[in-house]
Amino acid sequence: MNRRRFLDGILGAGFTSTLAAIVYPVWRYLIPPVSGEPATQSVVAARAAEVKANSALLFKFGSKPGLLVRTPEGELQAFSAVCTHLQCTVQYKADTSQIWCACHNGLYDLAGNVVSGPPPRPLERLTVNQRGDDIVVSRT
Amino acid sequence: MALTSRIVEWLDERLNLSDVRHFIQEKGVPIHAQKLWYYLGGVTLFLFMVQVASGILLLLYYRPSSAEAYESVQFIVTQVEFGWLIRNIHSWSANLLILAAFAHMFSVFFLKAYRKPRELTWVSGVFLLFLMLGFGFSGYLLPWNELSFFATKVGTSITGAVPVIGPPLVRFLRGGDDVTGATLSRFYALHVAILPATATILLGLHLLFVQRQGMSVPIKTLRALKPGERLKEMPFFPDYILRDVLVWYIAIATLAALAAFYPWELGRKADAFAAVPAGIRPEWYFLAMFHTLKLLPSHIMGLEGEMLGVLAFGLAAAVLVIVPFLDRRASRGEPSPALTVLGVLALIYMIAFTIIGYMAA
Repeated sequence: MNRRRFLDGILGAGFTSTLAAIVYPVWRYLIPPVSGEPATQSVVAARAAEVKANSALLFKFGSKPGLLVRTPEGELQAFSAVCTHLQCTVQYKADTSQIWCACHNGLYDLAGNVVSGPPPRPLERLTVNQRGDDIVVSRT
Repeated sequence: MALTSRIVEWLDERLNLSDVRHFIQEKGVPIHAQKLWYYLGGVTLFLFMVQVASGILLLLYYRPSSAEAYESVQFIVTQVEFGWLIRNIHSWSANLLILAAFAHMFSVFFLKAYRKPRELTWVSGVFLLFLMLGFGFSGYLLPWNELSFFATKVGTSITGAVPVIGPPLVRFLRGGDDVTGATLSRFYALHVAILPATATILLGLHLLFVQRQGMSVPIKTLRALKPGERLKEMPFFPDYILRDVLVWYIAIATLAALAAFYPWELGRKADAFAAVPAGIRPEWYFLAMFHTLKLLPSHIMGLEGEMLGVLAFGLAAAVLVIVPFLDRRASRGEPSPALTVLGVLALIYMIAFTIIGYMAA
């Protein structure tokens, strides 16, 4: 190893580490964080009078749809409306009182549990509270 | 190395690179006592490239709406890995860029490097400086925080003082009568599309001129030469370019240190219905102007003080553009002390009023 090669080596190592110090943060920055965006914790989903018994409505829960169901018994339930199979948006079937995903015929009961079809997991449950006339849905 | 030379050979066979090779081999940088100032242009260019790169990265997460802008920046600095670093680099580099551009301009001014045949290089450079100020002004609003919101209100309403075209210009800038989400959309378009496109073209021209004409040598140095004597030169490649890279290294180290130790504050989200917070002020490079306007009496000789101030700044900007054409002496290769004095006075005024404005705010 002569003097020139030694100095070239040091210079090369310097440039390489500078490059690494730039590339690594940029690379990490490019990967979106897990949440992808600010997670919504709580929204006013509807007015109490808007949901009749044995019906449901979709509401915006942050960037994702939520499903607010009033069971035939009059009880309020809320779920993330994102099917656990391939992320289609589910809907309420009043004739069987079940939650149904039209994409691949997944069926959930009114507790969000899978009844039949391909969904691997129950729907994510959200907490429902009534505040005055507003129905507030939140993630616990 | 063998691979590199084979690639060059391959390209050479097809594109005939002899011109380029000749240019690289022949290009020299004159050596004299003032050559340090040459680096300022390179550093400005480097910081501009940092701005482009970090700006593109910020675009991946930023959302240009009054409902989401603040939150998205907050998201970038708190949730995204190294998001704080990218944003701080962008903010700091913006400030250093403007500082470097001003320093570059003043060094060119005092060395009279704008004189014939480099008039167009100067003109394109001054317009680039105006564009950088435009970048600064439009970018300041994008995080949609209290300070930037009200600073933009003040800044755009100053435009309203321009006679005749002022009021419609304010509406045009704001996208309405007030600073709203519409203003944000406009400033965003300006900041990430219109200004970059214009700056790229101007910068290309500016660099082309510099390459075609080579580096200017100060009048004093030229006059000190004996008849027949030539100034010593340093090869541009690799000697000068390596020195340039060294300066860029210093710039990047400064940036990284500032970004890490002095994070840029995000402040509170803009609220059009909130009272103006205390200590409202524009970015430092507008402070001198801002403070001058503040000091002007409301009426001067029957005319609105603010209007006169804005017109004076407009006139100063116009004079700045045509400096090479005003300085006939320098074009003949003679010293022009009158312009030097004028430059010194302008510099003193800018520094003094920036400091006073800073203390007053």
